[in-house]
Amino acid sequence: MIPAINIQQVHQHFGDLHALKGIDLRIEQGEFFALLGPNGAGKSTLINLLAGLLRPSSGTLEVMGFDVNAQYSQARHALGVVPQELVFDPFFNVREMLRFQAGYFGHGRENDAWVDEVIESLGLTDKAHTNMRRLSGGMKRRALIAQALAHKPPVIVLDEPTAGVDVELRQTMWDFIRRLNREGHTIILTTHYLEEAEKLCSRIAMMKLGQIVALDSTQNLLNRLPGKKLQLKLSAALPFSLQGLVREQNDDGYTLALSAPAQLESILAELRVANVAIEDMQLIEVDLEDVFVDLVGQ
Amino acid sequence: MGRFITSRMRGPWTLFKKELLRFWRVGFQTVAAPVMTALLYLLIFSHVLEDKVQVYPGVGYTAFLIPGLIMMSLLQNAFANSSSSLIQSKVMGNIIFVMLTPISYLQFFLAFLAAAIIRGMVVGACIYLVAMFFVDLPLAHPGWILTFALLGSALLGTFGIIAGIWAEKFDQMAVFQNFVIMPLSFLSGVFYSIHSLPPFWQQVSHLNPFFYMIDGFRYGFFGTGDISPYISLGVVVTCFFALSLLTLRMLKSGYKLRG
Repeated sequence: MIPAINIQQVHQHFGDLHALKGIDLRIEQGEFFALLGPNGAGKSTLINLLAGLLRPSSGTLEVMGFDVNAQYSQARHALGVVPQELVFDPFFNVREMLRFQAGYFGHGRENDAWVDEVIESLGLTDKAHTNMRRLSGGMKRRALIAQALAHKPPVIVLDEPTAGVDVELRQTMWDFIRRLNREGHTIILTTHYLEEAEKLCSRIAMMKLGQIVALDSTQNLLNRLPGKKLQLKLSAALPFSLQGLVREQNDDGYTLALSAPAQLESILAELRVANVAIEDMQLIEVDLEDVFVDLVGQ
Repeated sequence: MGRFITSRMRGPWTLFKKELLRFWRVGFQTVAAPVMTALLYLLIFSHVLEDKVQVYPGVGYTAFLIPGLIMMSLLQNAFANSSSSLIQSKVMGNIIFVMLTPISYLQFFLAFLAAAIIRGMVVGACIYLVAMFFVDLPLAHPGWILTFALLGSALLGTFGIIAGIWAEKFDQMAVFQNFVIMPLSFLSGVFYSIHSLPPFWQQVSHLNPFFYMIDGFRYGFFGTGDISPYISLGVVVTCFFALSLLTLRMLKSGYKLRG
């Protein structure tokens, strides 16, 4: 099957800055894929290249088998992008903007039913005739998502879609995006909320300084860091002999990294010997943030 | 009319429609205000100069002034339409909605150009309708009137696209408006015939493309002008093609629009 996204040896230079250093990435149709990385890793540059907003210094990018430069028309038909910035056109209302957006892709009134469905699914029905500039930040974000979906693209890129968005919208939005994914749409997500990526995405690429440093299924990435984490709130300072296990320390206590659950026994023994009482204790699973910190170092 | 548009043409048609709606939604600013400004020029200059100046034999100053005012407003508004739309979209970031679509650079150009022509023509037509209350204007060659109105708004619409692409902030756009468009339109013979100027300034006026547009347009009303309408037509068509080629090259390369 043709991959939804196929990126081969893409380099991007901005003057002296080598922003992307030979990216190779293949995303299959129907995947829910996360692209993670700290600020400046190159995620947005890669998305802008896919969307045709930038031209690569070298390498090729394809959307549904269409080269984003040589076959830009077909490639752009296949792609819907939700930009990171909260941009809008102040002259028009939500429905008008969606109709215009669909129209740019060649759709006419026959697409109105889909536009209405998108409006309803994203909870925008009450605001359909409201001017864009009168919408709240969350509503503007919904409208942006709706605009990216107006031409019903098979591949949808969401660049930080939940930044500054309330819990209710997140839920509504993810329910709808999950439904689109179940219906066969490929979803590519960049987010700083790693728990969202862990919960939603089947595969993840982690980027750092213009390179992909990890590309695997979410489960395999989580398995990279064996063991668990132990959160402790103590009556006194942690004994020196256990300091090497500390992953994080704050006002609430210590978070220790355990290579295996059996290690718990020896930790409790050390605390008893040091006469340090446990006020609270919690054993928790390694999450994507731990993997992210381990791989990307932030 | 939209129902007759093919799927392939719907993209640029939608962009054109959006551009039309954009200026129509703020019609007081984009149509009524320039008509009012032209009307004020007309009232003041005709009141002061009607009995003192006769530029062409048998043509009163008010009649002489009206075609110039129509053309000046038409040109300025055609420029304003494409330039302000682009700079606003760039500054607000919503240009991305068009950049993400399959609309080609040529279609993008044609949509912005057509909308600029319509705004220029609407403003020009409105001023003409209002001016009919002041003086009975002859229509010696309506074909020339229409030709220069269309070409003039097309030329300035194209220039507006260039300015809109090049400018990155409103301040830079103001440079175009105040230091290029305004001087060229005021020094083009809107208010006078260049034959009334000293020989040196007459020669300088011949370097101003606005002079040809206004003189050719005026010829359409009175059947007389400072130079042959065919020369004016040649200059305006050449300028339009040169600027169009430059604009298409800028759009094709993605200059200041695609990274």
